Amino acid sequence: MGQRIIVAGASLGGLRAAEQLRATGWEGEILVIGEENHPPYNRPPLSKEVLAAPGTPKEVLSKLAFRPRRSATGIQWRLGTRITASNLAGRTITLDDGEEISFDGLVIATGLRPARVAVPGPLDGRHVLRSIDDALALHTVLLPGTRVGVIGSGFIGCESAATAASLGCAVTLVEGRTGPMERPLGSALSAGVREMLSRRGVDCREAVSVVAYRGDGSCTGIELSDGRTVSAEVIIEAVGSHANVEWLQGNGLDLGDGVECDGHLRVLAADGQPVPCVVAIGDIARYPDVRNGLPARRVEHWATPTDTAKIAAPALVAGIAGRTPAEAPAPLPSFWTDIFGTRINGVGSPADAEETRILEGDPGKPQEGVAVGYYRGNTLIGVVNAGLPASRHLHYRQLVLDAGALVTN
Amino acid sequence: MSQITVDRKLCDNHGQCAIAAPKVFSMNDEGVLEFEEIFDDALLDEVEEAIDVCPVQAIFVKD
Ligand SMILES: Cc1cc2nc3c(=O)[nH]c(=O)nc-3n(C[C@H](O)[C@H](O)[C@H](O)COP(=O)(O)OP(=O)(O)OC[C@H]3O[C@@H](n4cnc5c(N)ncnc54)[C@H](O)[C@@H]3O)c2cc1C
Ligand code: SF4
Repeated sequence: MGQRIIVAGASLGGLRAAEQLRATGWEGEILVIGEENHPPYNRPPLSKEVLAAPGTPKEVLSKLAFRPRRSATGIQWRLGTRITASNLAGRTITLDDGEEISFDGLVIATGLRPARVAVPGPLDGRHVLRSIDDALALHTVLLPGTRVGVIGSGFIGCESAATAASLGCAVTLVEGRTGPMERPLGSALSAGVREMLSRRGVDCREAVSVVAYRGDGSCTGIELSDGRTVSAEVIIEAVGSHANVEWLQGNGLDLGDGVECDGHLRVLAADGQPVPCVVAIGDIARYPDVRNGLPARRVEHWATPTDTAKIAAPALVAGIAGRTPAEAPAPLPSFWTDIFGTRINGVGSPADAEETRILEGDPGKPQEGVAVGYYRGNTLIGVVNAGLPASRHLHYRQLVLDAGALVTN
Repeated sequence: MSQITVDRKLCDNHGQCAIAAPKVFSMNDEGVLEFEEIFDDALLDEVEEAIDVCPVQAIFVKD
């Protein structure tokens, strides 16, 4: 029998893994298994255009489904199927119907699911945003005049608050401990984003969290940690995520925050040695920041599945053949977000900065064009720009590449 | 030689394609995409990467 690679998770990461395995020259079987019923689709529009105007479920899917590479032939898809367990030493996985399937190589790409707010109160009216189904369900209740409480001010919280406001909802943003997108952007730009949201009518509540939801059966309001109460029939919980690692338990891995990997995205056992023939990619992979010599971290951005699949696929194929992989490139992370039509672009590792410096514009007015540099020591490790043409973004990206100790391409 | 098109209705001028395949795609000073419709097959790998990294899947290879 031929050799088989199983790809666990059928989203962007699963698709890119399958494509890159073929690009690497893997001619054996590729079986992609995913819990969602949909083929791989693009998530970023779910908090932006699609949340604002989805069209019918069929239209959404045809708009969002990825077009696989033409070279990615002979890939088997098993959708609507959850993997419940695995035995990495015995090289098998178990499906929700009890079937056991063996593998020669395994790609872990099961990503994240939204965390929930664990406070007392009714469950009805509380939403999260990760899947097409989540976005469609949320869209139907974002009617003009609806009072919406968004919990958490990371990317998804800020984007959905902006989208709900643009639909005419009365939006309160319960920011939590840090300000709007403050961890990746820093305090100056974060304050500018708050200003943009406030100007368009979003009621931003700084440094407060939720203590309880009010209502009988269905939510009517939110009790805040500052003692105040806000009315809201629709709640959007955007308080971070949990990695989908449960099916990997019992293999002696450190699953505290995703799956720990080396620079080749090979999964590491507790003794720090790679587990043979197992790699992890995308949002779930915790891998070292080689560029800045910083410890392993997860990078929850759209570019990550593509970047990491390119490294993991050749490493996995080399491992199955008993070879050591060629030296791995160190990808330069990047992200973008859109708030009321203003594009914010980030490159590098701004969240790890010790110091920020304004490179151009006024961070208090991101929509008018601004760029902020993020430094460790005297080294530029990241730039975030907002409201600037893409040519400026490319310029700043080059500055980060040139400043870094390692240049990838 | 190979040929591509970009669906301008979809293209959001992200500029990711210009990072992946700078010989084929570039962003002008206004931040608007410019690209070579016809390119040498030696650049096919780069162009495949550009297609991968376009957040809105606006780039199409023509047969
Ligand atoms: C609403 C939203 C907006 C976003 N906007 C942006 C943006 O503007 N810019 C940006 O850079 N990034 C953005 N992102 C992030 C980006 O979409 C993610 O980084 C990307 O989807 C990660 O892909 P992945 O394949 O690693 O994981 P996921 O997309 O999480 O896919 C994992 C897949 O595995 C499946 N799965 C999980 N457990 C199992 C199991 N046990 N068995 C089988 N299948 C399983 C899941 O059902 C899922 O389909 C956004 C994300 C969301 C949700
Ligand atoms: S990456 Fe896509 S959206 Fe961005 S400029 Fe290129 S074609 Fe347009």
